[in-house]
Amino acid sequence: MIELKQVTKRYGKGTKTTEALSGLNLSIKKGEIFGVIGHSGAGKSTLIRCMNLLERPTSGEVWVDGVDLTKLGKQQLQTKRREIGMIFQHFNLLSSATVYDNIAFPLRLAHVDKAKIANKVNELLQLVGLEDHRDKYPAQLSGGQKQRVGIARALASDPQVLLCDEATSALDPQTTDSILKLLLDINQKFNLTIVLITHEMHVIQSICDRVAVIHQGGIVEEGAVAEVFLKPQHPVTREFILGEAGESAQLALQAPHDGSSKLCKLTFLGEKTYDSILSRTARETGVDFAILQGTISKIKDIPYGQLIVRLEGESGPIEETIRKVRDEGLDVEVYD
Amino acid sequence: MFGIDFSLLDWNEIGVASADTLKMLVSSAVFTFILGLPLGVLLYQTSRSNTGWVRIVYNVLSVIVNILRSVPFIILIVALIPFTTWIVGVSYGVLGTIPPLVIAAAPFFARLVETSLREVDRGVLEAAQSMGASTWQIIMKVLLPEARPGLLAGITITVVTLVSYTAMSGMVGGGGLGDLAIRYGYYRYQKEVMIISVLFMIVLVQVLQMAGDRLVKHFTRK
Repeated sequence: MIELKQVTKRYGKGTKTTEALSGLNLSIKKGEIFGVIGHSGAGKSTLIRCMNLLERPTSGEVWVDGVDLTKLGKQQLQTKRREIGMIFQHFNLLSSATVYDNIAFPLRLAHVDKAKIANKVNELLQLVGLEDHRDKYPAQLSGGQKQRVGIARALASDPQVLLCDEATSALDPQTTDSILKLLLDINQKFNLTIVLITHEMHVIQSICDRVAVIHQGGIVEEGAVAEVFLKPQHPVTREFILGEAGESAQLALQAPHDGSSKLCKLTFLGEKTYDSILSRTARETGVDFAILQGTISKIKDIPYGQLIVRLEGESGPIEETIRKVRDEGLDVEVYD
Repeated sequence: MFGIDFSLLDWNEIGVASADTLKMLVSSAVFTFILGLPLGVLLYQTSRSNTGWVRIVYNVLSVIVNILRSVPFIILIVALIPFTTWIVGVSYGVLGTIPPLVIAAAPFFARLVETSLREVDRGVLEAAQSMGASTWQIIMKVLLPEARPGLLAGITITVVTLVSYTAMSGMVGGGGLGDLAIRYGYYRYQKEVMIISVLFMIVLVQVLQMAGDRLVKHFTRK
């Protein structure tokens, strides 16, 4: 659906250039919710703004739904942009227009006739739950309500893609969750492709199917959320995930251990999360274990658990325990 | 008291002068708006561009506007006499005052327009751009409506400035209350005429400012 090929974006002239994106490649499938996570300054904002050419890449191609945007003329690009909705961190609503007029705005730009606009706007007001606020001005709304207007406005021209530029970063945790839920609903209802950028792992974990980690203008890790989340490869990815789990995992990994014990991290995914695999196996092999740290959570709808344990006993039985739980389908990481 | 006797006033002449002032004010305000608004939008648009030749257009416009704003109005009236005569056929009276008033006020108003357009949140412009709005649509449907309170305040300031300009035009026989104040009040020592003329102008400015403030308040949504 969206494909970036060798996208490079440089700012400035002469010797004082900074490279925000360096030869970045990315492919996003139709109907998926794709998250891009990165620290501020990593280039994520530039990246998403390249997807509708609000920023024109210095070089490279931007393909959306089979069209290379960088090759389009001014007018063709304007028409194409109607298929790409966008919502923003600071909502960017027209302060001089009511909720109704804000949502109607993209349709008026496209010269849609009045009756059709009224139909569409009322439908959208209902979708985002703002029927009672149609004649209010943005200044009279809460942050969450403003973002709902933003979403309704972005959906007005029936786009193929919705770009979310830090759409929940200015909202409190409860409101963030309700907006994320709305995005997920829309994704399922309309099979709409959603690209979102964020610096919060929580956002990725709640609704994304796939994730890419951006660092210094390039993608350092990419894959299904569960995979990236549970087995992070790149240090930056680990940082984001550790940030979520807190310091306790770090502390657990500092626990003393010697020849007669081993520190392991066990990862449970899916229904196994609720199984008593570890105690069953330990009973069979005669190994003792101390639980040092544990978490249980969900990635989108899939439950997962992580346990940091110290296995105690002879090295033979310990090896056997590790082999057996691996056979049961758990992922085991052994620390020396 | 102080030898002031209002019974000496020629109310008929004051009425004519008041009407002249209003005529000058309204027509010059209308033309200032018609000329200054696009000029302000042009200043704003060209100032945002990175393209070389557009920057040159901006710089040229900017210098012209600055020059017109720095020439004292009284000198501008005289300097513009040939132009005024060419445009309206005369260089004196109510009609002859309007072109210099517009030439003086339009650049001033254009700067105020430029400033209030700059106040519009860039994010909103970007949102409109992302929805496929053309430059013209962004100007007409985003920039101008979003800047409306600032533009109304700018119009108010400009019209109030025009009131004092119309008074100055009295120096060169422009007609109106200012003319009356100078001819009778100043040259012929008729304090009464001066007092009444000035008083009328004070009231006029007050009314204009209050009306402007109200409009600004009515259209402010923040």
